[in-house]
Amino acid sequence: MSAKNRILQYSLAINEALHQMMSRDKSVFLIGQGVKSPWYVGNTAKGLLEKYGTSRVIDTPVSENGITGAAVGAALAGMRPVVVHPRMDFMLYALDPIINEAANWHYMTGGKSTVPLVVWGIINRGGEQAAQHSQAIHGIFAHIPGLKVVMPSTPYDAKGLMAAAIQDENPVVFIDDRWLYRTEGHVPTELYTVPIGKGVIRKKGTDITIVAISYMAPEALKAAQELELAGISAEVLDLRSAKPLDQELIIRSVSKTKRLVIADVGWKTGGLSAEVAALVAEKIGTDLRKPLQRVALPDVPAPSSKTLEAVYYPRSKEIVKAVKKILS
Amino acid sequence: MYSKHLLKKMYTDMLVIRYAEEILVEPIIKGEVKCPVHLYSGQEAVAVGIGAVLARKDYVFGNHRSHGHYLVHGGTLKGLIAEIYGKETGCAKGRGGSMHVCAPEAGFLGAAPIVAGTIALATGAALAASIRKDGRIAVSFFGDGATGEGTFYESLNFASLRKLPIIFVCENNLYATHMPLQDCRAANNIVATGKPFCIPSFREDGNDVLKVYDLAAKAAALCRAGKGPVLLEFMTYRMRGHVGPDDNVQGCRTDIRPAREVAIWKGKDPIEALEKYLLRRKIYRLIELKQTRSSVARTVKEAMEFASDSKYPAPEELGYYVSKK
Repeated sequence: MSAKNRILQYSLAINEALHQMMSRDKSVFLIGQGVKSPWYVGNTAKGLLEKYGTSRVIDTPVSENGITGAAVGAALAGMRPVVVHPRMDFMLYALDPIINEAANWHYMTGGKSTVPLVVWGIINRGGEQAAQHSQAIHGIFAHIPGLKVVMPSTPYDAKGLMAAAIQDENPVVFIDDRWLYRTEGHVPTELYTVPIGKGVIRKKGTDITIVAISYMAPEALKAAQELELAGISAEVLDLRSAKPLDQELIIRSVSKTKRLVIADVGWKTGGLSAEVAALVAEKIGTDLRKPLQRVALPDVPAPSSKTLEAVYYPRSKEIVKAVKKILS
Repeated sequence: MYSKHLLKKMYTDMLVIRYAEEILVEPIIKGEVKCPVHLYSGQEAVAVGIGAVLARKDYVFGNHRSHGHYLVHGGTLKGLIAEIYGKETGCAKGRGGSMHVCAPEAGFLGAAPIVAGTIALATGAALAASIRKDGRIAVSFFGDGATGEGTFYESLNFASLRKLPIIFVCENNLYATHMPLQDCRAANNIVATGKPFCIPSFREDGNDVLKVYDLAAKAAALCRAGKGPVLLEFMTYRMRGHVGPDDNVQGCRTDIRPAREVAIWKGKDPIEALEKYLLRRKIYRLIELKQTRSSVARTVKEAMEFASDSKYPAPEELGYYVSKK
């Protein structure tokens, strides 16, 4: 296979971004729980410790607040840390360094300091892991001025957004999902970036727009293929960044199709799907032919039992159902 | 022995802090200064004694009561007063106020009032220095109240695990806002918290700048020799309130600290103590002391005028500095 068409797993695409950025820039280092254990981070950290040693690949005690704070401080002192939280739920201990410190620091210093930091949180849904091992809390971070939030759904974007996040002068929350780790796709061997704040059209269509992010993007594509068979032409947008939101892309597509389904991996209330809905209401308002539909998690903590889990996580069939509700 | 130059510098630095703090009292009472101001009067010896052993390349993080740390570690007086007045010429362009003074160009990476929040940040700056092996050390200034936060212990442990070049400086002024130490901690033993983390820890009189300096020099040497971190606890007292001038100083809030206690500590004023030493050792004659005082007072007054003449940030610039473009 030529390098041009090289296929790589999502998790290995992240790994490659880390390798290439650490080799290019000595100020980049990886810190967090389990960076030397595949049990924690899958194969995303493969080979890093062997190559860069314990000074730049730092496995840490269970101290999310202190360690994330240290990453913020190292960024203020000229480094480009990537601090990983193998389960995003535990990252809630680190809200102070992320929100109070990292997000505000550039502003609080009148632009004198920057925090070139990546806070990497991994979503670990399903598997009967219940409420504290499954949460998708991107909405919390997208709410905060000074933070950028990226959520790649393809191996190509996983590598390009990790590289972009590391190169950014601002704190970026990089959120991936274990359900995507085995996804395969084309990933160039050379280092490249995917622009933060830019979404992408995954499939062109004319009848309805489906705005999705992270794991819901491939589900939206699956739904669009099924809808195609039923004679419905859906346009699928993958936001890739929860903040900044690619407003122009959303508005352009929805202005054309005048119908909208939003598919998010988080809860419905006060989250990303609500933000997209509000944006469309503000900019397009009554131009929609039918009220928009949202496919999101119900406002319920993640359950453990499989019968509950099966109805908790929406998939492509819920997206199809929402589209059909609008087009009926 | 301390050089004349060092003694004079430390005296002047302490005076600058004291005068800068005290010139704010009236504007605060009059309501001209609205931004919450946590005055450092009474604790000057700690900032100055530590600052005297640091190099410009070293990293310092402060807290809510950090005018002194900022001034000692390269921050300008004009930038301080203008910041407190919310002016564009302030050290943070009027975006941070009194609690976010910063001089990153001089290594004072910043201050923040989330109690203990900057302890982890300073630990990270030390981590950066240790990864780069660049010989820098970091200093974290925090109060006794910060030892109630988990991140303090997380930072002690991590710093010790990685042998980071950081001096944890606790300025124990006996009160966490309104709470006396004995109501916050089961024992008056902050210095002992370093022990389970195998951190060399020392407690010292924080109102004696020479003792602070000696201990700071020892701690910095340990850090520079790769034997950090070090925990220092300085016993001191704020002459003013937790925020603003009051709580049993101006007489309008007498419910917080016993008047007798305030009076006892007033007798331990670190600047007066140093003046006595300087006169005794004939470093200064009385007239020189007075000249230094009036010269510092003049400089502080000029900074006040500078702040007053400066412009406020333009309203249309509200959204500046949210993210670096």
